[in-house]
Amino acid sequence: MKRYVYINDDELSQDLYCDNRISNTKYTILNFLPKNLWEQFSRFMNQYFLLIACLQLWPLITPVNPASTWGPLIFIFAVSATKEGWDDYNRYLSDKKANEKEVWVVKQGIKKHIQAQDIRVGNIVWLRENDEVPCDLVLVGTSDLQGLCYVETSALDGETDLKTRVIPHACMGIDFELLHKGVIECPNPDKDIRRFDANLRLFPPFIDNDLCPLTIKNTILQSCYLRNTEWACGVAVYTGNETKLGMSRGVPEPKLTAVDMMIDKLTGAIFIFQIVVVIVLGIAGNVWKDTEARKQWYVQYPNEGPWYELLVIPLRFELLCSIMIPISIKVSLDLVKSLYAKFIDWDCEMFDIETGTRANAANTAISEDLGQVEYILTDKTGTLTENKMVFKRCCIGGIFYGNETGDALKDLELLDAVVSGSPDVVRFLTVMALCNTVIPIRSKSGSISYKAQSQDEEALVRAAACLHMIFVNKNANILEINYNGTMAQYEVLDTLEFTSDRKRMSVVVKDCKSGKIILLSKGADEAILPCANPGQQTRSFSEAVDQYAQLGLRTLCLAWRVLEEDEYQEWSLIFKEANSSLVDREWRVAEVCQRLEHGFEILGVAAIEDRLQDGVPETITTLRKAGINFWMLTGDKQNTALQIALSCNLVSPEPKGQLLLINGKTDDEVCRSLERVLLTMRTTNSEPKDVAFVIDGWALEIALRHYRKTFTELALLSRTAICCRVTPSQKAQLVYIIKSCEYKTLAIGDGGNDVRMIQQADIGVGISGREGLQAARAADYSIGKFRFLKRLILVHGRYSYNRTAFLSQYSFYKSLLICFIQIFFSFISGVSGTSLFNSVSLMAYNTFYTSIPVLVSALDKDLSERTVMQHPQILFYCQAGRLLNPSTFAGWFGRSLFHAIVVFLITIHAYAYERSEMEEMSMVALSGCIWLQAFVVALETNSFTVLQHLAIWGNLAGFYIINWIVSTLPSSGMHTIMFRLCRQPSYWTTMFLMVAAGMGPVLALKYFRYTYRSSKINILQQAERLGGPILTLGNIEPQPRSLEKEATPLLLIQPKNRSPVHEPLLSDSPNTTRRSFGSGTPFDFFQSQSRLSSSYSRNCKDN
Amino acid sequence: MDEDGGSSSAVGIEAQSIPPRQSNTLYLFTQQSLPACKPVLTPAWVITIYFLIGAICIPVGLLSLDASRSVVEITDRYDTDCIPPPFKSNKVAYIKDSSISKNCSRFLKVPKHMKAPIYIYYQLDNYYQNHRRYVKSRSDKQLLHGLKYNSTSSCKPEEYNNGLPIVPCGLIAWSLFNDTYSFSRGTAALKVNRKDISWKSDRDHKFGKQVYPFNFQNGSLIGGGSLDPNVPLSDQEDLIVWMRTAALPSFRKLYGRIEEDLDADDVVVVDVSNNYNTYSFGGKKKLVLSTSSWLGGKNDFLGMAYLSVGSSSILLSLIFLLLHVKNPRPYGDTNYSSWNWKGVSS
Repeated sequence: MKRYVYINDDELSQDLYCDNRISNTKYTILNFLPKNLWEQFSRFMNQYFLLIACLQLWPLITPVNPASTWGPLIFIFAVSATKEGWDDYNRYLSDKKANEKEVWVVKQGIKKHIQAQDIRVGNIVWLRENDEVPCDLVLVGTSDLQGLCYVETSALDGETDLKTRVIPHACMGIDFELLHKGVIECPNPDKDIRRFDANLRLFPPFIDNDLCPLTIKNTILQSCYLRNTEWACGVAVYTGNETKLGMSRGVPEPKLTAVDMMIDKLTGAIFIFQIVVVIVLGIAGNVWKDTEARKQWYVQYPNEGPWYELLVIPLRFELLCSIMIPISIKVSLDLVKSLYAKFIDWDCEMFDIETGTRANAANTAISEDLGQVEYILTDKTGTLTENKMVFKRCCIGGIFYGNETGDALKDLELLDAVVSGSPDVVRFLTVMALCNTVIPIRSKSGSISYKAQSQDEEALVRAAACLHMIFVNKNANILEINYNGTMAQYEVLDTLEFTSDRKRMSVVVKDCKSGKIILLSKGADEAILPCANPGQQTRSFSEAVDQYAQLGLRTLCLAWRVLEEDEYQEWSLIFKEANSSLVDREWRVAEVCQRLEHGFEILGVAAIEDRLQDGVPETITTLRKAGINFWMLTGDKQNTALQIALSCNLVSPEPKGQLLLINGKTDDEVCRSLERVLLTMRTTNSEPKDVAFVIDGWALEIALRHYRKTFTELALLSRTAICCRVTPSQKAQLVYIIKSCEYKTLAIGDGGNDVRMIQQADIGVGISGREGLQAARAADYSIGKFRFLKRLILVHGRYSYNRTAFLSQYSFYKSLLICFIQIFFSFISGVSGTSLFNSVSLMAYNTFYTSIPVLVSALDKDLSERTVMQHPQILFYCQAGRLLNPSTFAGWFGRSLFHAIVVFLITIHAYAYERSEMEEMSMVALSGCIWLQAFVVALETNSFTVLQHLAIWGNLAGFYIINWIVSTLPSSGMHTIMFRLCRQPSYWTTMFLMVAAGMGPVLALKYFRYTYRSSKINILQQAERLGGPILTLGNIEPQPRSLEKEATPLLLIQPKNRSPVHEPLLSDSPNTTRRSFGSGTPFDFFQSQSRLSSSYSRNCKDN
Repeated sequence: MDEDGGSSSAVGIEAQSIPPRQSNTLYLFTQQSLPACKPVLTPAWVITIYFLIGAICIPVGLLSLDASRSVVEITDRYDTDCIPPPFKSNKVAYIKDSSISKNCSRFLKVPKHMKAPIYIYYQLDNYYQNHRRYVKSRSDKQLLHGLKYNSTSSCKPEEYNNGLPIVPCGLIAWSLFNDTYSFSRGTAALKVNRKDISWKSDRDHKFGKQVYPFNFQNGSLIGGGSLDPNVPLSDQEDLIVWMRTAALPSFRKLYGRIEEDLDADDVVVVDVSNNYNTYSFGGKKKLVLSTSSWLGGKNDFLGMAYLSVGSSSILLSLIFLLLHVKNPRPYGDTNYSSWNWKGVSS
């Protein structure tokens, strides 16, 4: 499980590991076609179409030219394959560029230029400033005397600050050109970019050939940039696709939206319907053949048929009906989905001016899900807040500073104390200035700026600087601070790093003047206060912490301890050992740190403010109105979290809101607490009260482990929850719980600790914020500010859902329409499987004639963005899946049946007797279909832009032009037909009749429903379009009105009205039952309560 | 209808976007705010639309009905009457027996004055020219190129006879209708024009001028009529008409034209040679004499359909009008949209 890298030894490691050729491509030229085809055919729909196309090659059964299926099939495959191929070619080009880049490699002390792809494991790579790192290297030398270098890792983890990297101490002072003997023992490649637990041993002639531990600090990883360092060189340890970057580059699992799943289900239903039709017609056909056709001498049915004779007619019908499942739907959906994603990218109103970032849809396939979100799980820091930390208050030795002014830096008392050199204050400031990993950078003008990985640290160092304790310079291990004009130097002996488990960080420094060794610590109160010197009273500090937390401030406790020389030496050895362990290093280091961090003298508490982002309260209010449940998951402490939750409208203050606390340290306590909260929740849910539960990480751990079922029930009852002190994996678990109850979850976060939650959720949204781009990279969507979430969901998500719902059902409508006509025709053609339409028409019907108008439905807007924003409740229709479900689909099915009857009956009656010529008749029926579908699209379009008009009416004109062209070809099977028809007055009167008879009832029904059985969408449409003041959010709440007037709307809103959205039949279809209490909860809180508790469990898959 | 200039001025904070280039169409497209027309189904509109549809449909219906009624049509079913009484019980035997004379005379009384040209159709009922086996059994290439084209597998089972290809091949040609009619009024024969009864495009482009019937109806099983081997296919107009297959099981095909007027109460004598076998499958044969109008032959369907669509439109518009007057719905009244979803708005 380990790899041994022999430095600069070509013989030993030459062929063991792969070279540095990067390959992100999926295909090669040879395997492109088979691999791509294989991938495409692994989808059920494609297999089905292939089967149909193959059956068509059998001339006995094919109703039309096989080209009518092969053409579109090949076209669709070619489109997908071309897209894949083009993407892959671009990947190849960028790989090629990276692979052929010239880099310097040191061999036998001589620098050589080679291509990046020829780097081998063990080679020493030499980089200059601003070079990109070609593979994962272990540093062995830099231009810096202290062995430091700076790298920018933004390509790796998105963090834009510079990171320091240091050469292992064994290599310190060795001229890298001489370095050619040694071995690095390192783990096999993995994707953890924060860990590298390895060892280095130099071979003689180097004297210092002890085992030297290596950490991630000693590496520079592929795709980072070398900055502020003249040169650096390192040994390649991982190359090619085995680098940390290469390993973490996985192909993300494609996410399927709820809409996609519904479409798949409907496709399945249609497929079954088709089979039934085929069987029925097949039997009827065989019966007719035996009873009637044998008498018809002109058909010359042979008396003895081949063995498969019984199958022939059913198979013919299978082929005739194969167009029921529209071959174009996949392509159309892909096209419009990428357009939705583009609209998100283009949206100027989601452009963050401050950071200059646009919204970005990394996953183009799941926009519809945005409109169906039911739960939002949000991080706090950096997501709701700005993550711009400002030091506000402090409590030093029991004295509160900054309480009056609100800003400790302006508190005269504190300033006086600083000037007078009060020892408590000075020590407090020293810890503020030194206990960190901040790098001061002195600009040419002499001013000092700080580069920090943690915003808290930066805030503290800045504040200290304001209070005359200026952190001036960091020179390797020597820290210089300037206090009131006097310089002091400290040597950093060890850094005990911050981890989210330890929740504190410490440094061990040696005062260069006095030689005293001091441990400086800062951390969360519960990580510091228990470690206080038993003699010290910590009560005043915990009070301070509470007080600050109530104000919504982040608190840090600062502490120190003077170490004895031998105590430190002893500990230092163990620490080193722990640091060089290869297994469980993190855990062992933590344990060792624990041994030093005790007996603290608590110096004080610093309170840091993190401001709320603009528009957060409004966004949360709006989205909650839209029926979305909000959960806040944060690593912060309870009070801070509650404070933030209050200030951003997540929970309402008493008496309107009620917070239910779940706490406890033991199983029993948690269980009791949980039961109690659940009981309260059940009883209070009937009151119009905001009830939220609050749980901390510890209790959550117990709840998740032992009382998962109870907790899940609670989770579903509660519209709001605040989880504090939770770890990244707990966040992900919470997402999983809600998701497993089939709710659509959206997780939003900004930092690395949110990545797991973001990946777990149905939709992950990342805020490209100050904590780096890590979350944004893992997410499906990235936005600049939290407030854009409102627009993302209400505008983009909602439109996407509405449009896809229309597009998919319409695709089925048009396919069914032409298919029904074929079926009807078979009844008057002796159930023999004759196709009324010719091959050209059948092929073009789905691919040309009807696909263009439907594509522009991707531009349709049922309500203006403004109206949606003002009436966010309308999102309910999307959440509940009201626009695409079996009952709306039944409506479309009925419509296509009705239209098919209209077209068919009118055609055969108007073109009876002497005009019953087959080719003419088929074109009459086809034109009827085209006219009707154009009017259906027009009727269902809510807003006509130029493009819609162009597509709908232009397409109609296009139909005639195409057919005129085809009619000029003698071999087309419709020679001169279209000219002939267009000259007949009866043709045009027939068309008009079809449109009037087909659209009349549809329009009447729509109008009736629109006016007298209006859905909320209709009402808003009317309000919006007929002028009239659109009421603002405040007015929309139920207002006291005379009873008489109230009666009607009430009736409409009561459960009866839970159906009338789009189609009359909407009811408890399999899909909506679940939702009836899920998102339906806001609608009928009263009725669903009892059902809810009893039925929740069967909805939870994991129970 | 109102023009909505887009909704770029969204709410509150979001109004501050990057300086927009408002006029640019592409920009408007990317912001999804192209000017759009949003029609509303207001009662006024809908009532007007239905009323208009009615107002258009009823006159059109009346016109079509009038056109259809102006057509004079004489239909005479002769297949049963032309069988001599001894064979009434066994029609199939009669029609298959070539030794019996098939001639038969019909007397058609002209009810109204018929203006030339008078079209003569023969009508077949319960005859499935659209049967899949039948409709596919032809070779368009062979019809155009004749013997030069020899992959005529689609013509099965009438592809070869005695090892020689058949021109024209296939079931359709083989079952060519072969009843003939001759007309006379009083003592004088009526002149029937049998030229130009097929589509000109068919004669020019689909049936070869150099293609002569070959080996046709030479098999043991005789289907329908035979063809003169000395006349090219492009001149065999009966065949061309027959090969335009009908989509319905009951169809008429043009036989010829009488190019002189027939007066009311004239009696036209038709000598039918009743050769075609429709007896074995219960089909009917009819002879039709018909004039034509701008809308075609006698077909009341369009007129009646227009009248019913028109009147139901008017009816609907009246119903909607009544509904609207009785139960006026104030449009855009957000009272109706008050969301009393508990727990949401609170």
